[in-house]
Amino acid sequence: MANEIQESIASRAAKELNGPCVVNLGIGIPTLVAKYIDDQQVYFHTENGLLGVTDVDEEHQDPNLVNAGKLPVGETLGASFFNSAESFGMIRGGHVDVAILGVLQMDQTGKIANWAVPGKNIMGVGGAMDLLVGAKKVIITTTHTAKDGSSKLLKECTFPITSTRIVDMIITELAVFEVKEKQLELVELMPGATLDEVREKTEAVFSVSLKQDHLEEGI
Amino acid sequence: MSKLLENGTAALKSVRTGDTIMVGGFGLIGAPLTLIDALTEKDVKDLTIISNNLGEKGKGLGILLGQKKIKKGIGSYFTSNRDVGDAYRRGEIKLELLPQGTLSESIRAGGAGIGGYYTKTGVGTELAKNKEEREINGELYIFEPAIRANVALIRAWKADTLGNLVYYKTARNFNPVMATAADVVIAEVDKIVEPGELSPEEIVTPHLFVDGILLATKILTNEGVVTHG
Repeated sequence: MANEIQESIASRAAKELNGPCVVNLGIGIPTLVAKYIDDQQVYFHTENGLLGVTDVDEEHQDPNLVNAGKLPVGETLGASFFNSAESFGMIRGGHVDVAILGVLQMDQTGKIANWAVPGKNIMGVGGAMDLLVGAKKVIITTTHTAKDGSSKLLKECTFPITSTRIVDMIITELAVFEVKEKQLELVELMPGATLDEVREKTEAVFSVSLKQDHLEEGI
Repeated sequence: MSKLLENGTAALKSVRTGDTIMVGGFGLIGAPLTLIDALTEKDVKDLTIISNNLGEKGKGLGILLGQKKIKKGIGSYFTSNRDVGDAYRRGEIKLELLPQGTLSESIRAGGAGIGGYYTKTGVGTELAKNKEEREINGELYIFEPAIRANVALIRAWKADTLGNLVYYKTARNFNPVMATAADVVIAEVDKIVEPGELSPEEIVTPHLFVDGILLATKILTNEGVVTHG
């Protein structure tokens, strides 16, 4: 079950989605973003072949209607189904506006690693590499640190990168960063977070450019 | 001519040891579970299986893996079945991992008479190792060869006796592209109707791609896989 930290990251990410737009959500925290959206013109795409993903209640679950995480979903009015090649044509071809993805690590230039861990056999990549090369905008939602407390925002990734593509935005439970000219810029502190805490838990170099309303909150 | 097949044994008549076989599905969703079951009964080995996953632990293609009939897997997400990693570590199978969009596009190309294509996906990553790189209009691409198979085993919702196919929701996934890219294509379906009962507008896979159709007896339900008939 999702915890408070994951929910706060997801609800913040939801504010970035303004319709009309087509959005692909990755597995984990990204999947939670959908429930914070009530804009009817935000259309959710899933790479296993559906444009128009929505929630489904337990009694209407269909074993043959799932998202890319194989979780049961519903279909909206105006939804469409298509095959995998066409679905990835939509992704690679630049027809998906936003991808929201999780990461294992990311570096200070905005490159991410989210598909493989060194020393373990590489067993799966799924659609991660396609989404990174094809989505017009990539937003990363992730906890700020790994389970062992180490920073996920590093000077350099030690895990294999998913793409040479630079992401656009990173949202953690502590902060929101934008990536500008391959540099991280802290633009917002999440509720309850302080700049000192972000500095302490971030290995990557970043600049600070907090928006005015956050400065007034006296951090 | 009706393409209706009597049973799984008849459906897999052309499958031989050492064959390359495409199997539709995204995990168990849209997987031809009846045909996979028949494959587990058939005395063949050293198969190369092209499928997004190798089933789930002890289910679908996972059973075939347990029988050590698979020599090589080509797919995008083997993580869904932990047995695959174990078999790989023991050196029992070879694996070729492709991004999901590359897997599906390579199959599409294979079915469309295209030898290969350049894609941006994977450029600069470990999956691009030893692949030809080329700059096109200022951007880097890598070459991916097309994929074909001896046999494709696919799942659809409805067929007419000519072999025209209609799919159901997200059980469609890889099935329509695999239908185009093998020498022999067998589809299992929930329902078989007479020609004319499917609207020409709704047919996704025209019959020229399909060699045989089999009524499904292994069905994925909310309670798991159940056997009918």
